[in-house]
Amino acid sequence: MSMSSLLTFTPWPAVSAAILLILLVTALYLARTTAHQAIQVAAGALSRGLRIAAHSVIHAQERLAARNRQVLLAAGRESKERVVEREFTRVADTVRKDLAGYPDMHRRLSESILRIEEDQEKAAEAPPEAPGWAQAVKVVANLDARNAGAEILSDIHKSMVKAHEEAMDDYRKASSERHALLRRMAPDWRLIQQALGHVHKSVESVIGRSQTIDRHMEEYEAIVRGEDRALSVLSSSSIVYFFISALVLAVATAGTAVNFTLIARPMAEMVGGTNFIGAFRTADIAALVIIMVEISMGLFLMESLRITRLFPVISALSDKIRVRMVIITFLILLLMASIEAGLAYMREVLLLDEMATNALLRGDNSAALVNSHLWITTAAQMGMGFVLPFALVFVAIPLETFVHSLRTVVGLIGIAVLQALALILRLLGNGARHLGALACRLYDLPLFGPLWVEIRMRERTRNGAAPPAETTAWKEA
Amino acid sequence: MTRTLLLLLAAALALPACAPPQARSTGVYLLIDTSGSYNRQVTKAEQITLYALTRLQSADSIAVARIDTGSFTEKDIIAKATFDDRPSTANAQKRAFASRVEKFIDQSPPAPYTDITGGLLQAIEFLNEKRTAHKEILILSDMKEELAKGYVRDIPLDFKGFDVVALNVTKLRSDNFDPRQYLGRLDVWRERVEKGGGHWRVINDLDHLEGLL
Repeated sequence: MSMSSLLTFTPWPAVSAAILLILLVTALYLARTTAHQAIQVAAGALSRGLRIAAHSVIHAQERLAARNRQVLLAAGRESKERVVEREFTRVADTVRKDLAGYPDMHRRLSESILRIEEDQEKAAEAPPEAPGWAQAVKVVANLDARNAGAEILSDIHKSMVKAHEEAMDDYRKASSERHALLRRMAPDWRLIQQALGHVHKSVESVIGRSQTIDRHMEEYEAIVRGEDRALSVLSSSSIVYFFISALVLAVATAGTAVNFTLIARPMAEMVGGTNFIGAFRTADIAALVIIMVEISMGLFLMESLRITRLFPVISALSDKIRVRMVIITFLILLLMASIEAGLAYMREVLLLDEMATNALLRGDNSAALVNSHLWITTAAQMGMGFVLPFALVFVAIPLETFVHSLRTVVGLIGIAVLQALALILRLLGNGARHLGALACRLYDLPLFGPLWVEIRMRERTRNGAAPPAETTAWKEA
Repeated sequence: MTRTLLLLLAAALALPACAPPQARSTGVYLLIDTSGSYNRQVTKAEQITLYALTRLQSADSIAVARIDTGSFTEKDIIAKATFDDRPSTANAQKRAFASRVEKFIDQSPPAPYTDITGGLLQAIEFLNEKRTAHKEILILSDMKEELAKGYVRDIPLDFKGFDVVALNVTKLRSDNFDPRQYLGRLDVWRERVEKGGGHWRVINDLDHLEGLL
């Protein structure tokens, strides 16, 4: 039924419209309470549903945060354990090294000290003889023997001079011997100084290491206690490690691409240039497989060397088997690198052949000339082909860091997403509640006439008993 | 359960490998008109052949044949090759092919008649046998067919999947008097190729063969 037909039930469309409007307003007014209840129930249900969903999301976010916290703490604990273990190993090495040399050092020190003692005793200064002639001279001088004493004194003088000269000679000789002994003590002093210096250095090193261990242990204890500060440090470190390792992995990917370019063309000579597996050339897949095998070997090598710990099975192997694994993986890598160097050489040969053929087909004789410095690019390609597989070995280190930090970073992103989702759901819940209220107001908007009449009537009813209450239907509306 | 899963995984990986290889190769058949009216242009065939050889890769096929009195025969094929999988062998084949074509061009005798239809039939047969993904027939001719008595060439040609390219279509003396003859000749061939389901092109400027292949 169209609008125009609705307006034709009276001859005057305006009258028809007015009647229809009145009927509509009346119907709406009569259904007002029910409609309000329906709107409020619907809005309330929607709001509650959204709030429950928000609570659920917050709960999930909390669980994820707890899990992330556990992961972070576990990773931090493991990392600190490794650091402390390494520090202890270093201390043990230092102590073992110094203690192994200690008996020898002790013996040398004792010998040196003994020699010094002996020399010191020998170098003691002999006291000069007491002058015996002075008293005799005095006695002779007091004798009353006229000139007889002069001769005696002269003889005594001569003897005294002679004795003095002899005493001086003995003294010089003894001094010289003492100096010689003291000179001989100098190397022993130096030896003692060196030995003590070495001991000092070792002790300083051990003290330094012990301080480092103390610091790491404090951090470790903070992690074990699950302190927020430790968690914050671990979290930020994890994000930094993630980006750094991602950057290094991107560089490694570029290296892989260069490696791929080096061997893809010559691989066509081996497996054919026109075979396809799916949408990819078999030669390309073969080249990629070689590179992947090299990376895998690099991972195993790093695991066997216990530089990385991606595979607990390899770390748990006995030392003997690990050493064997190191040798085998290294030999495979060496073989692969040699193959790559050969393929890189083959690539250059093929390239030259193709250039020569194309030059011949184009009738361009100048292009066929051989560049005398071409060996440089050939050698460079071969060198790259040989070195790149070994360089890719070190991808294992950033890969391990990336894998470990990825868990944390993904967890953090998940937490952020869940937080945002919870916020949106809460906003929507509140929005639904307010929309319900707004819908009620909008419902009342065309009913302003009957509502006004209702208010007036209520006021008139209450005028005799009490002042008009503020809580009228209009206010409610 | 694990074993079944592993088997399924292996099968999924092996399936693409076992599937028949998708045809990606190109087949080229060059027809050289050796009739008296066109024999002077034959030297240009070498240029086109060499260009085609530079564009073709491993597993592609090429054949060069002459158009003479009766061209629907293998005897008219001067050189043919399907390039090896290995690029180095393919290069050697290209050099040998170029040498054979060069030798033919130096010694090509003029033919009294021009059996273009026979040559096209031979080209279709050759390329269909090779099962190449992309098939291209190059015709170096003035496109004026002159059949000897007794040769029936009023045959519908199946050019489905073929690109037919007329190269260096020279104007005859009579075309200068009445260009409609030249245009009509080209129209007839275009109609014939397109009626057979093929795609027709004309390239007269041999210095700009970039669009070819």
